[in-house]
Amino acid sequence: MVAPAETHAAYDSKIEGNVVFTKLDAAINWMRKNSLWPMPMGLACCAIEMMAAACSRYDLSRFGMEVMRFSPRQADVMIVAGTVTYKMALAVRRIWDQMPEPKWCIAMGACASSGGMYRSYAVLQGIDQLIPVDVYISGCPPRPEALLEGLMRLQNKIEREHSLVDQKKELLAELA
Amino acid sequence: MNAAQMAAALKDKFGDVVSAASEFRGEQTVQVRLDALKALLGYCRDELNFDCLLDVSSVDHQGETPRFEMVYELYGYGHHQHLRIKARVGEDAAAPSVADLWATADWHEREVWDMMGIRFDGHPDLRRILMWEGYPFFPLRKEFPLAGKPSDLPEVGFSRPAPMADGPFVTSAGATDTVDREPRAKPAR
Repeated sequence: MVAPAETHAAYDSKIEGNVVFTKLDAAINWMRKNSLWPMPMGLACCAIEMMAAACSRYDLSRFGMEVMRFSPRQADVMIVAGTVTYKMALAVRRIWDQMPEPKWCIAMGACASSGGMYRSYAVLQGIDQLIPVDVYISGCPPRPEALLEGLMRLQNKIEREHSLVDQKKELLAELA
Repeated sequence: MNAAQMAAALKDKFGDVVSAASEFRGEQTVQVRLDALKALLGYCRDELNFDCLLDVSSVDHQGETPRFEMVYELYGYGHHQHLRIKARVGEDAAAPSVADLWATADWHEREVWDMMGIRFDGHPDLRRILMWEGYPFFPLRKEFPLAGKPSDLPEVGFSRPAPMADGPFVTSAGATDTVDREPRAKPAR
């Protein structure tokens, strides 16, 4: 299991008005990781497990990831679920390019991670040849628990990002 | 009239362009010369009431001439008979399109063109259907490696050879347990 997150906030009950002290990075990351909007790139049977993960039995919404967006412009994390053929690969790339920063990518299952059992002329051998992948999930297809674990690992990764310094360089340069 | 009688009728009607009519496990196959193929298929549809074209496929007989073979699977909903028509196609020859006889042949012939590289005369829209326009190879030809070949068409498509590990992934049907049955990398024998 994932280790419990480090506490990034201090709360002093003696101060009136429920004031919380924290770092800006920690606040940004906390907001981001708890409302990950996935772009479901369902290409094969992995998509069925992804749908199961979103349904009531496994219930992605417990972790704030239930808002599946079918427009890449509204999505934070692309879940590449399934076999990526060469003909589909450029469409996946195009949709990835349309997603606004910051964005993350999960390669769900053997096919998206490495081509899986499709060692053939038609299949891209891993989506990481086209777009950067944050989390790989093993399985063929992975069970919904594995997808949840992958998303929670992504949450941990987001929590450790230096959001302000890395992603707001232009703003910081303007202020300096 | 059953399929065997129809095959015999075709042989009577078309004479020596029908080189062989054979039966295998109750399935009738008629082998015909390429130049008479269209006329024979038209006759099958109009006179023998084969109103359904089940499938169009092709075979690569590498090393023989003519190299390729077209295979048409016909079915009639009126008489419930099945008939297979085969015709050999040379590497430089084009098969006649039957998309005007059965509309379904349109996409089937596009697939044959895409995968095997057999051209069709009179096809309304002969584009690739699975690979992208500009892909330089025909993947179902026997000389094409399973792992694929590199190709590059910037902004349109590309392909790289797949790593084959220790050989193609092979399924052993009939093995005693699932570990042996599932696809594994086994050296080609």
